[in-house]
Amino acid sequence: MRKLAPAATRRLVRALLASTVLIGSHAVTSTVQAADPIRIAVIAEAQALAGASIPQAAQLAADEINAKGGIDGRKVELVTYDNKSSAADSVRAFQRAASEDKVHAVIASYISEVVLALQPWSARLKMPFITPGAASNEIPLNVHKDYARNKYSFHGYLTSKAQSQAVCDAAKAILVEGRQMKTAVIMSEDAAWTKPLDEGYKECLPKVGLKVLDHIRFSPSTTDFNPIFSRIEGAKPDVIVTGISHVGVQPTVQWRSQQVPIPMIGIASQATNATFWKETNGATEGVLFEMFAAPGTNVTPKTAPFAEAFKAKYGNYPSYAGYTAYDEVYYITDAVRRAGSTDPDKLVEALEKTDWEGTLGRIQFYGREDDFTHSIKYGPGLVSGMMMQWQDGKQLAVWPPQVANGKITFPSFVKAGTAAN
Amino acid sequence: MTAIQILIDGFAISALYALGATGFTLIFGVSGVLNLSHGALMVTAAVVAWAASSELGLGAYAGAAVGVAVCTLLTLATYGLVVKPIDRSRAIPPEEKEIFILTGTLLWGIMIQEFIAYLFTSNAKTVRPIVEGVVVIAGVRTPWNQIFTAVICWGTIALLWVLVNRTRTGKVVLAASMNPRGVTLLGFELSRIYVAIWLIYGVLAGIAGVLLGQFLGVSSYSVGPLTASAFSIVVLGGLGSVSGSLIAAYVVGYLETLTAYLISPAYRTIPSLLLLVAVMYVRPQGLLGRR
Repeated sequence: MRKLAPAATRRLVRALLASTVLIGSHAVTSTVQAADPIRIAVIAEAQALAGASIPQAAQLAADEINAKGGIDGRKVELVTYDNKSSAADSVRAFQRAASEDKVHAVIASYISEVVLALQPWSARLKMPFITPGAASNEIPLNVHKDYARNKYSFHGYLTSKAQSQAVCDAAKAILVEGRQMKTAVIMSEDAAWTKPLDEGYKECLPKVGLKVLDHIRFSPSTTDFNPIFSRIEGAKPDVIVTGISHVGVQPTVQWRSQQVPIPMIGIASQATNATFWKETNGATEGVLFEMFAAPGTNVTPKTAPFAEAFKAKYGNYPSYAGYTAYDEVYYITDAVRRAGSTDPDKLVEALEKTDWEGTLGRIQFYGREDDFTHSIKYGPGLVSGMMMQWQDGKQLAVWPPQVANGKITFPSFVKAGTAAN
Repeated sequence: MTAIQILIDGFAISALYALGATGFTLIFGVSGVLNLSHGALMVTAAVVAWAASSELGLGAYAGAAVGVAVCTLLTLATYGLVVKPIDRSRAIPPEEKEIFILTGTLLWGIMIQEFIAYLFTSNAKTVRPIVEGVVVIAGVRTPWNQIFTAVICWGTIALLWVLVNRTRTGKVVLAASMNPRGVTLLGFELSRIYVAIWLIYGVLAGIAGVLLGQFLGVSSYSVGPLTASAFSIVVLGGLGSVSGSLIAAYVVGYLETLTAYLISPAYRTIPSLLLLVAVMYVRPQGLLGRR
């Protein structure tokens, strides 16, 4: 309540203000053409932790831009909608944003299923659209397959494929080279986004020196993870590689209570939330998870200041989608400035040329010829990610060395190979 | 080795299912009410226990007690604000009351679910376990919490048995479930019996919710699956039959655990649902059903 109620109040106040501004602006439309605001819709899951950060971070970026005088004298104005994690509500909000609220671009949702439902609407309404957190490979693949139609959608986060690569890169350095590990079991929830992730894992883990002994997909409604961990233990791997998002607390708690002696590394979306420690009562101690930006890290000079400003304003650190949403407001408005217009086609053209240092790294998009058209580029010097670990209530970056602010360590029940140093 | 592991894991989760379903079937047996806000009551117990022990720092025992207490109050409120007014209403024809109570409790459950999501977000929470650590039983590393869960579940069910079979109040409740009119003719106030039975139900759902919160962690998303799970166990066992529900809980728990071990964790729930469909065809009143 402490977190959401003020936001809800603010949303209401903002909506009231926006409508006042609207009514006001109608009366004087012709005279203030040049100073028309740049209007961006933000459609997000206000009740979910990952989604709640999206409108908050976007607002922070808009406030900062406006405090500096806006873009060429134009203010940035956000219109926010709560989609209640529903694709149908998101589509209605998207239509409303385009037809009634007359926005110039839309930032929407961290759920792949929702983003895929919005993609055709972005094409139909010719509305530049970007997701701050969905991972499905299908989003950029659709742009690649039918560029002329789908070129209005952008993928402001990494694909499942890129995320699996990020985990493999980190595992190579800290587990294979760092602790002589040789074998792994993949454990992931049965959901759309984990299919390409698992494919990616299966392809890249052997390449970095981790033989995949078993691959377990479990139902997200699983009520007892003990059988799963027992089966994994039976395969005797050195490490468990995870792909979990809809569940997170449950397997982590049972990993701890059963004292599974095998470390976990991978994508664990819920572990990226600052509240995860409390939600698991500290069971997450020693869990390794991928993040692309985090408080107290110097991914870029913008990362830590943004995290602190967010905390100062909203009382908690942003979720992963907060970082991307914050960057998106900046580079969308920067694209408007470069295009000198909010015309959708010109805006798309300018967005494709994005080269922006954000909180996540250096943001560029894959081009028309690449498979993942309009997805942000993964790699060193661009967005490359970090391996984080929960230690004593804190999320510390343990890899790569240039951003690390902690050293890898495990709870006593975990047998984590032999350190190479 | 695997066999012992299946025995141990299946026993704990089945005990939890059994306790969750007992109160649900008890209410149906005595007052004919199918309470579709069941899952919401259990989730409330777990989330409140989490908030009390972790956010307010009350400790594991006090947190669990607060969770059970709030759940019991909410259960009484479910009866007082939803079930009783529908039952007493003159505007609703008697033959439609059952469907009104179904809809009413379903909506009540959704309201509680949304309220929890509003206050605590939809992320799952774990109740601080009362006992931690592991013990090795016949070569199987077993968390103490798992043993604790099974012991408390069976202890509670045993207490319920004593209450129903060995105390005067219990006997009246039992009689009311068999023949409400007969009990009224003997001079017992039926409405007071109902309050007593909802009170017992609240405590049972509260304990089950807190234990589930310790064992696994729950979120507002768990509301639907928990109601559905209690519902299918109770239908399998025979609506209104407590011993039928206990047997059904063990059938479902072991079937799920066996599937997870021997086939795939992805198909965990499928065989028990197929069994439910099969039982509906062959024996619609359930394993030990009376109606």
